[in-house]
Amino acid sequence: MEQIRVGDFKVIDNCLMIRLPEEIDHHGAGLICENADKYLIRDEVQNVIFDFEKTRFMDSSGIGIIMGRYRKISCFGGRVYAIHLDRQIERIFQLSGLNKIVEVLES
Amino acid sequence: MKNEMEIIFDAVSDNESFARVAVAAFITHLNPTVEEMADIKTAVSEAVTNSIIHGYGNLQGCGRTGRACPPEQKEIHPGKVRISCRLENGILHIEIADTGRGIEDVEKAMEPLYTTRPDLERSGMGFAFMEAFMDDLEVESTPGEGTTVRMVKKIGIGEWIA
Ligand SMILES: Nc1ncnc2c1ncn2[C@@H]1O[C@H](COP(=O)(O)OP(=O)(O)OP(=O)(O)O)[C@@H](O)[C@H]1O
Ligand SMILES: [Mg+2]
Repeated sequence: MEQIRVGDFKVIDNCLMIRLPEEIDHHGAGLICENADKYLIRDEVQNVIFDFEKTRFMDSSGIGIIMGRYRKISCFGGRVYAIHLDRQIERIFQLSGLNKIVEVLES
Repeated sequence: MKNEMEIIFDAVSDNESFARVAVAAFITHLNPTVEEMADIKTAVSEAVTNSIIHGYGNLQGCGRTGRACPPEQKEIHPGKVRISCRLENGILHIEIADTGRGIEDVEKAMEPLYTTRPDLERSGMGFAFMEAFMDDLEVESTPGEGTTVRMVKKIGIGEWIA
């Protein structure tokens, strides 16, 4: 139940893989950030991959989640990747300039 | 042909998904494209979230889900958000209003990347998305009285489908 809202977190090598939930808005954003930061600190991961495969909705709250994690890891040379963007999320990436700091991987 | 609806709900984050789904359901009989639907849901979500966070200062988790308020928030503001929609000749008019804090300088607030809450990891893109995803956007605000956002979007072929 909680997983539907928060997403799914997995650490592979030095990479935190976050499978984002179906809808990303302000209501769920806090929990996603809290969980992500827990892994970033505990496992000292260097890079983060955001997987949007299940995501059907995202508003500007999603930008905050990604920018915030980017700020936390980029000063240690970490990188942020995104995968499986649908058309709307791709537009949001472009409009906000997220695509300049996040490497969007071809799905 | 005209069709109207109005909803009023508590300004808590639990209601953000309800708000955008309600507006989406209201327009489905016009057969909007997937893209039009996504545009409208995003724009509604931006305006409603702004009323909740900025208008009333109700932070995430301060709803009825039983989660404790974040420490920086002592109590839930009892304010409401009102959404009224009017469909006329395939054109959707949405008004989203709160009676919260209001905005000093609307023009400045609407600049992309401008935010007064970087501490909450807001990015200042809300108004920019409303502008990009809708055909028209108008913001009226009085400090201490509240904010009203009006948006217009033409849907599909513009014909009424009964
Ligand atoms: N309903 C409102 N009541 C009071 N202030 C508002 C309201 N809506 C917007 N604002 C003000 O306008 C600013 C810009 O809003 P905008 O939605 O563009 O960005 P944001 O909410 O700060 O960040 P984001 O939407 O990207 O998460 C806000 O930071 C806030 O100061
Ligand atoms: Mg906003």
